[in-house]
Parts: sequence; C-alpha cells; structure tokens
Amino acid sequence: MIPRPHVDWFALAPELVLLGAMAFALMGAVLLPRENRRDFGALAAALGFAGAFVYAIVVYVHTPDVHSVIADSVRRDRFGALAQVIVCGAGLLTVGVSYAERMRDEHIAEYYAVLAAAGGGMCFLVTANNLMTLFLGLEWFSISLYILCAIDRELEGSLEAGLKYLIIGGFGSAVLLFGSALVYGATGELAFNRISAAIGDQHLSGDALLVAGLAMIIVGLGFKASAAPFHMWTPDVYEGAPTPVTGFMAAATKTAALVLTLRVLREAFPQEAHLWTIALAAIACASLLIGNLAALVQRSVKRMLAYSSISHAGFMLIPIAANNAIGARALLYYLIPYSAMSVGAFAVVAARERELAAPVTLDNLAGMGWERPLLGVAMGTFMFGFAGLPPTGGFVGKFYAFSAAYRHGWTWLVIVGVVATAVSLYYYLAVVRAMYMRPAAELQLSPTPVAGGAPPRDALLQTSVLLALGATVASFVAVEPLIHVAKHAASALPF
Amino acid sequence: MYGFSLWLVGLTVVVQAAAIAYAFWAGRTGARAYFGLMLLLTAAIVGVFTAQDLLLFYVFWEAMLLPLYVLIGVWGGAGRLGATIKFVIYTMAGSLLMLAAVIVLGLSQGTFDLTASWQSSSDWLFLGFVAAFAVKAPLFPLHGWLPDAYRESPPEVSAVLSGIVSKAAIYGFIRIAITKFPEPTKDFRTVILVLAAVGLVYGSLLAFRAPDIRGVIAYSSLAQLGLITFGVFAVNDLGLNGAVLQMVNHGLITGSLFLLAGGIERRATTGEFARLGGFARGRPILATVLMTTGIIGLAVPGSSAFAGEFAILAGVFSRGWGYSVVGAVAIVLAAMYMLRLISAVLHERVGPAVAPEALDLRPGELGAIVPLLACLLALSVWPAAITERSFAGDRAASAVTNQFRVAAGRPRLDYILVGRSVGSEQQHACLKKYRQALKAGRYGEASSLAETC
Repeated sequence: MIPRPHVDWFALAPELVLLGAMAFALMGAVLLPRENRRDFGALAAALGFAGAFVYAIVVYVHTPDVHSVIADSVRRDRFGALAQVIVCGAGLLTVGVSYAERMRDEHIAEYYAVLAAAGGGMCFLVTANNLMTLFLGLEWFSISLYILCAIDRELEGSLEAGLKYLIIGGFGSAVLLFGSALVYGATGELAFNRISAAIGDQHLSGDALLVAGLAMIIVGLGFKASAAPFHMWTPDVYEGAPTPVTGFMAAATKTAALVLTLRVLREAFPQEAHLWTIALAAIACASLLIGNLAALVQRSVKRMLAYSSISHAGFMLIPIAANNAIGARALLYYLIPYSAMSVGAFAVVAARERELAAPVTLDNLAGMGWERPLLGVAMGTFMFGFAGLPPTGGFVGKFYAFSAAYRHGWTWLVIVGVVATAVSLYYYLAVVRAMYMRPAAELQLSPTPVAGGAPPRDALLQTSVLLALGATVASFVAVEPLIHVAKHAASALPF
Repeated sequence: MYGFSLWLVGLTVVVQAAAIAYAFWAGRTGARAYFGLMLLLTAAIVGVFTAQDLLLFYVFWEAMLLPLYVLIGVWGGAGRLGATIKFVIYTMAGSLLMLAAVIVLGLSQGTFDLTASWQSSSDWLFLGFVAAFAVKAPLFPLHGWLPDAYRESPPEVSAVLSGIVSKAAIYGFIRIAITKFPEPTKDFRTVILVLAAVGLVYGSLLAFRAPDIRGVIAYSSLAQLGLITFGVFAVNDLGLNGAVLQMVNHGLITGSLFLLAGGIERRATTGEFARLGGFARGRPILATVLMTTGIIGLAVPGSSAFAGEFAILAGVFSRGWGYSVVGAVAIVLAAMYMLRLISAVLHERVGPAVAPEALDLRPGELGAIVPLLACLLALSVWPAAITERSFAGDRAASAVTNQFRVAAGRPRLDYILVGRSVGSEQQHACLKKYRQALKAGRYGEASSLAETC
C-alpha cells in the first residue's frame, strides 16, 4: 500500500474553496432552470473568490515561517499567500465585470465554474514546490483559460483565440515539461530546494543538461507571462477572447506566472543565477522594446492593452532579473496595482464595447470621458498608472523595480526602463486624449442602445471598476503598509 | 522650508487664486472638473516648493504634469492636441531622466532626505536633474514646447504655466542642482550661463518678432527665465537674491499679462497684432492696467523688476562682465518688445477685429488682475522685502552652499509656535554673534564665524 502523506488542508484552503465554487456552479448549470443560471453561477464564483481571498489572507497571517506541506510538494508561505490574494482579488473583480457581459445564457454557469477553476489553478501554481506540482498547476489553469477564451461562440474571433491559445500554450507547456524532465535527469530531484542542494552537492553548476533544462523552463514560463519573444499569441488572444476574460488573463495569469518564475529560479537554481539573471534581463528588454513599439501603432484598444501587458511583463521581469530581496518586494508590490489596473481597464473596454456593440478603437472612445464620468476618470487613472505617473501605485511599482535593478548594479537596465516608460506614455495618453479631448460629435458616433435604454446590469461592473480604481490609488497612498506586507512575503524566499 | 520657498508658495497661491477667479469669471464649461484640476495643480506646485524629500519632490513634480495635460488638452484652443503632445513628451523626457537620477542618487546616498548633508560629485546625476529643470523652465534650446503650449492653453492656464510652473524648475536648480552638486555646478556653470545668455537674447528677439500677444509673452518668458538662470548660476548673494525677487516679479507680471491677453482675445476674438489696435480709446481701465503691467515688465527704474534685474546683473558681473553686457542688451530688447505690444494693442489705428462696442475691463476681470498688480506695486516700493528675507543666515550664497543648514538657527515657524529652536543652543548663540559682527561691519570675523557655525 502506498503511504499517504499528511495533508495540511489549511494550506490548500484557497484552492479548495474555489474548487467548491466550481462544483456548485456546475451543479447549477445542470439542475437549475435556465433563467437562474447566470445569477447562481456568478454568485457561486463571487463567493468562491471572496472566500479564497479571505482564506489566503488568513494563511498569510498564520504562516510566519516557511514550511513544505503534503510530502514537500506544496510550499506554505507568505510569498504564495500574497500572490493568492492578488489572484483572488482579480478574480472577484472579474466576476463583477463578467456579470454585465452580454453572453448567451446556455453556458453561462459553466463560464463561472471554469473561471473559478482557473483561479484555483493559479492559487495552486503559486504555492508549487516541485516540478510536478508546478506543471500540474500550470496545466490546470491553462486548460481552464483555453475554454474561457473560446466559450462565447457568438463572439467573432473567440474560437480562433481559444484555438490559438491552445496550440501555442500547449507548445509552451510542452517546452516547460521537457525542461523539467532535463532538470530531473540532471539532478535526479523534483523538489525545488533539493534540486538546488543536488546542484551544490554534485557540482552540477554549468552542466549542459541542467542549463538546457533551465532555459526551457524559462521559455515555458515566458509563454505564460507573455514576455517577448514568446508573446506572439498575446495580441490575437487578448483581442479575440471575451473582454472580462482578457482582463483576468492580463492580471491573474501574469501574477501567477511571474511569481512562480521568481520562486522556481530563486529556490531551485540559485547557483545558476549568473545565467538566468542575464537571460531574464534580455527577455525584459525584448519585451519592453517589442511591447512598447507595437503598442504605439495600434488602433484597437484591446490590442494596445495586449502589447502594453507585454511591456509590463518586461517591467516586472526587471526586479526578478535583479535577483535580490528588494526585487522580490518590488515584484509583489507592483503586481497589486498592475492587476487592479488591468482588470479595471479591460472592464471599461468591456462596458464601451457593450454600449457600441462594436470593437473599441481609439476613435470610438471619443467623448466617453464626458458620457460616462466614472468609467472615464477610472480609465484615465489606469492609463496614468500604467505609464507610472503619481498618484497611482504604478509609479511606486516602477520606482521599486528600477531601484532593484540599480541595487543589482545594472544602471543600464534602469535607463532602458526609463526610456520605455517615456515611450509608453505616448500610447497611454492617446486613450485619455481620445476620451476627453475629442468631442463625440466629431465622429458622428451614436452609442447603439440594444433593446432600448441603458445597458443592463451595469452596477456590478461599475462597482468593480470603482474597486480597481480604489486599489490603484490606495496602493500609492498606503505604500508603506503594502511594502511591509510585500517585505514579509518576500522574506519567505532565500535571499 | 526656507525663506525663498515661502515666497514661491506665496506667489503660487496668489497667482492661482487670480487664475481661478478669472476662470470663474470666464465661465469654463465642465466647471467641477476644471476647478478640481486647478486645485490639484495648486497642491502639486505647493508640494514641489515645500518637499523636504527627494522622492516626494519627484512625486509632486510629476503630479504637476497630470492636471496641466488635461487642462490644456480639454479646455485649450484649436491646436491643443499637438500642443499637449509636445508638452508632455518634452517634459516627460526630462523628468524621467530625473527619475533615474533620483533612484541612483537616493540609493547610493542611502537617503532621500533633502535636509541631510549629503552631496554628490557625479556629473551624470547632475545632468539628469538639470535636464528635467531645463525643459520645464525652459532653457534654450529645450523650449520647443513653449510657444504652442502658451498659445493653446486657456489664458489662466498659460498664466500658471509661465508664472509658477517655470519657477518650480528654477527652484529645483537652487534647491537640488546647486545645493547638492557643488562640483558639477562649477564644472557646468559656464555652459549653463552661456545657454541662458543665448536664450535671453534669442527669446527677446523672437518676442520682438512675434505676431500675437501670447507669442510676445511666451518668448519674453523664455528670455526672463534665461535672466533668472543667470542670477541663480552666478551663485553669489546678489545673484541669488535677485533671482528670487525676479521669480516673484516674473510670476506676477506674466500672470497678469496672460489674463489681460485672455481679456483682449475675448473682446477681439484674436490676439494677432495685425487685427488689433486702438484698444485704449474709450477703455481707460484696460489701457491703464495693461500699460502699468507692461511698464513694470520692461523693468523701468523704480519698479520691482528693475530691482531684480539689477541685482542679477550685478551678481553675474562677478562671473564675467560679458554676461552683464548681454543682460543689459536684453533689457533694452525687453523695452522694445513690451512697448511694441502696448502700442500694437492700445494705440495705432483701430484694428479690424476691435468692435467699437467692445467693453472696458469688467469688475470680474479687475478682481483677478488688480491684486497681482497691487503685489507688484508693493514690491516696487519695497523690493528688500524679498531680497533680504529669502535666505537664512543673511547670506544667500553661504545658505545655498551650506545646504540651508544655517536655517536651523533662525527662528522658524515651530520656534514661533512652541517657543523652541530646532538648532542647538550653541549654534544659536554662534549665529547671533555672526549677525552682530555682520551688522558692525567686522566682515573678517563674520566669515570665520560663518565657517564655524
């Protein structure tokens, strides 16, 4: 009989709550009459994300020390818990945004069920402690996202987006798995800390098999974080997927992938730091370059935001590449306002899309700032935040990321980041310009009210946007407590 | 907080109050957003002048950009989109260089505290800061954004932009560039002084050739900021005191000139000299106010602007007589462009755009402009109010080069409120002796005391 390990259920609580929510939503999809499914599914997912959010906070509070649980396959620490908080927060906001989406109600409960499942997968991934759980978590949320991208069959390009994501994401996963196999082959270990110990004991540093495996793991994670040059799926998938899903992908997927990148590199491959810091710095520069330059010429707001998320992957890889304690802190802090801004910005795009019943471009944003004051102000703030202007958390995040690079001795990376920020300002401000400085009449746009009157169920979307706006600004105002939290979380990693 | 930052805070509040009053009178659409942004702008500028921390300074510095961008972009003239893009790109290019410098400087010094006694000798960091300040001021040749932004903004925003925001840059020169980088300041002094001289003459010439009111004021600002930079980078008592006085003067003068320009454009629908003229006939109040402001602006002896410019030129004389000659020539040019503006608007033939029924200045406009003018007249009577009260320890140059640390010995607000000085008793006594020696004319003793304090 196989000995069963002791299971620390508490450490798994966020994932379990989300899985429970998924089960409830799926039951609803089968058992409830069609007209109740939307409400029930949304409620189940919202409660799931809220419960997981609270549980992640509780885990954070009750885990001052790091320990491995469940036969060392899962790590229970504040680093993972804080990432779970961010993921669940993004998920909760996404539920609010999705509720307003005009979607056929035959698969609506499944939509919420899969959303909760994706959140659970990400929560699991960020606590992964060996290469198996890493791959398990990655596939868990990736498969959920493939479905979410393609779920709205009436949306033009949705199926294409799902298929594209499936193929390229599958390729990324395969590379990651192959890399894991090579690392296992070289060291004979799966757990992160034992890999590091094996590299030290057996003097494997620089071993060809190990380095090849490490490179493939970085590539696989780069696909998930949509960092250049592994970004080619991003614009098409972001554009084609239902907009709330895009927001969730931009915020939560990136959070999970980047946090895990830092964890696996720092815990499993500290001896190879001289290699992966350079590699990540190069990937960061490529992402900044490609993301920013491509975003400059986009007319579609969703595509522009997709390229902006690529450039932000670059910004957030800078502190990882810096490989120091301040870098870990910077990454965790930056993810908070970044996730809020991403979900919020895509929520505004979703609202506009629904108003116009057409894809949102820079042209048909004209006059939106005056028509929808809350959404306009929020979108403006998100754009200023992405560009790193105070008073938003984006400023502090960039500041910390650059500080980490400087601490590492890479002033050139600071300069690259600063130049990229300057370039990015042009396309972020283009949105503000379109919303506020061009009258709607100039373009003869008329919002097409479908089925008469104001779009339905807008209240939840507006609440979500308001919460995202609050998080964006509050993360600037309350920078000290947040940095404190990030500091405690980052101390779980061996720096 | 030092004397000169208090003066600048005062200038900010006065000019902003006038600008907001003018906007209220002019009736801007979207009033809630407009006045909210104006107040946000005021807060940001006051923050820049009072920040005691490098990072906080940067945050406020960036926070100025945000409301300005929206104010110009939404409420500006027909060419506002191009103007805002230029403005933002120029400013951000400068201030992001400053961000890099702030990060490197703060982390290498281990503190962002401006009141701490660290100094740096890095030329690159110095240039990072100077780039940001030189764009915002602007200094020649970084003034590309200036004419568009000043022409396309609503008049009261132009007033704020040229009257106060440019002073934030000069403040940065004094508070950070010179104070924290003494050696690079010496190395680059000649370069900056020459650029200022070029800007002074070039701006004056362009102002003389400009075809409209706002063009004249915009380019005259470029020239005046060159002059103020003269005073600042002379780094001596006369230069610094004169520069502070001239900052306040210039803020008040361009503030009222832009508001007047706004009033004239409202009446004539244009600011082009070719279509203006003869405004004085039947509009005595407008003529009087514009004439008075213009005359003070051209630094007629007896005006506060004369006092400021004289002190600056006397100060920069010690860095080379050539600078003083350039400055004196520019003052002549200032008289030329200012008189050209006055005669083209007020006198000459009645222009095609000037309707006979166009009204004189209304009480609302007077309420905004007259307080500025009153401040100018008061300063003309008593310029020493500023020149003698800008820097602690009675000596501007030593206050700046000693990083304002002498300020601790002077009674400050907390001293007045709770009756204790921030500096130690010893320091206090030492400074008392120093001031006594200075008053009695024992300069040798005074300078040795200044060293020890």
